[in-house]
Amino acid sequence: MIPPTTDTSDQPIIRFADVHKRFGSLVVLDGMSLDIPADRTTVIIGPSGAGKSVLLKHIVGLLQPDRGNVYFHQQRINELSERQLEPIRKRIGFLFQMGALFDSMSVGENIAFPLRHQGIKSEKDIQQVIHEKLAVVGLSGSEKKMPGDLSGGQKKRVALARAIAMDPEVVLYDEPTTGLDPIRADVINELILKLKEELKVTGIVVTHDMASAFKVADQIVMLLNGKIIVQGTPEQIKTMENEDLRHFIEGRANAEDLKALHRL
Amino acid sequence: MPLEFLGNICVSFVLTLGDFVRFFMTILTGSLRGMDRFDLREMFSQMFDLGTLSIPVVMLTGFFIGAVLVIEAYPQFHALGLASRLGSVTVLSVVKQIGPVLTGVMLAGRVGGAMTAELGTMRVTEQIEALRSMAADPVRTLAVPRVLACVVMTPILTVFSDILGIFGGWLIAVHVQGINNDQFWHYARVGVDIYTINTGLIKALFFGLAIGVIACYKGFRCGNGAQGVGRACTEAFVTSFIVILMLNLVLALLLTNIYVMFWPNQAPIL
Repeated sequence: MIPPTTDTSDQPIIRFADVHKRFGSLVVLDGMSLDIPADRTTVIIGPSGAGKSVLLKHIVGLLQPDRGNVYFHQQRINELSERQLEPIRKRIGFLFQMGALFDSMSVGENIAFPLRHQGIKSEKDIQQVIHEKLAVVGLSGSEKKMPGDLSGGQKKRVALARAIAMDPEVVLYDEPTTGLDPIRADVINELILKLKEELKVTGIVVTHDMASAFKVADQIVMLLNGKIIVQGTPEQIKTMENEDLRHFIEGRANAEDLKALHRL
Repeated sequence: MPLEFLGNICVSFVLTLGDFVRFFMTILTGSLRGMDRFDLREMFSQMFDLGTLSIPVVMLTGFFIGAVLVIEAYPQFHALGLASRLGSVTVLSVVKQIGPVLTGVMLAGRVGGAMTAELGTMRVTEQIEALRSMAADPVRTLAVPRVLACVVMTPILTVFSDILGIFGGWLIAVHVQGINNDQFWHYARVGVDIYTINTGLIKALFFGLAIGVIACYKGFRCGNGAQGVGRACTEAFVTSFIVILMLNLVLALLLTNIYVMFWPNQAPIL
């Protein structure tokens, strides 16, 4: 008989509990609840402007909920001060939608930034990390380039290299494959899978790219009107009958969206 | 409703002021916490950008204003038979007023605008959020080095402006209006003591602080898009310009009174 093991992976690593967030009169998150399991990849899909990026920003405390709570390892992280958030932020890598590379620094300095800022690694080790992470995203030898000289896709890959420079336990990917050609996009998908399998990285991916979603996801959730409307494994999602979900997955506009076109 | 309009203006003014004071306090506490070597490197690079590279323009403007001052003042002093005292007036005006104010205004335009644009663009392109997400404090890594660079460099630039302002005045007084060279320098020395020079430099210190804090504040709070950045730059320049002139008045009163308090027998030369 196999002895029972204490499996901690059942505990969600990140939990949203009834989170409300509005900007002025615009309600973005409207009582959203979601559990993110550890060591797996959760993909968040939903139309543009549904609040997917806003959701990600709550995880590292860049935004605070108006109401409700966000937990990281059972620790409530909203209402923590910037200083108290620092140890949590060090464990989470964030790939921003537009990359958000520091444009006054070279590619190498960008990747080195989190490492140098922590001051735990020697300069030699830092160079090693820069070299390794650039190889991972397929940009070896571009340490000296400035972000302004890179294409959109290259910027995104450098940003990804920076997000994983600290070997974080959670990586938040905000549209990792947008703006990349299909082959590069697949390399990023493989990278997300590899980080999960080899380094047990918990991934949260926000995307519109359904091919990518089905490839990397262990769990897919759809965010619409500030709430999670469906949740399931990729297989379950493929066969679910929810109308909004089907429109989104199949890339079909609904009748209402097309009405304006017919008036032309 | 005009009353509602007035109320809104008052409320938003108080809110902005409160927000600004809080921002200023975080910069102050950030400066006191000390800097690591990257913050220091950032500060030196800022000192070069906003200080060293501003020397030519500050010297040039100083020279022209100093020269014009003498051209305009000469006829009246000449009519009173006091033309020989132009040295005192020139040096005093340049050191106490024109040097620091002109330097402050030049820096507000040249540096304040650029700093606001840089920080504003960083905010709009999520770079400031990226800093926070990497557990780096944006105020400490971006604002503190810039504000300190402004505080250090404005008095130094004022010295350059002073020197060229005096040179411009001297050139016109002695070589165009024909005032005796020895008399010019004699009255210059009589009119200006160390306290007067320090008055100008203390003013410059505060102007630098105002330029740095306002530029960083406007950059950090900049609105969205290219329009937001543009507006923030304009606001940063206009606000620092007004604040420099207001500070100039307050500091002139304060420093003159301090002079009278410590040296009551010597009338201040305004």
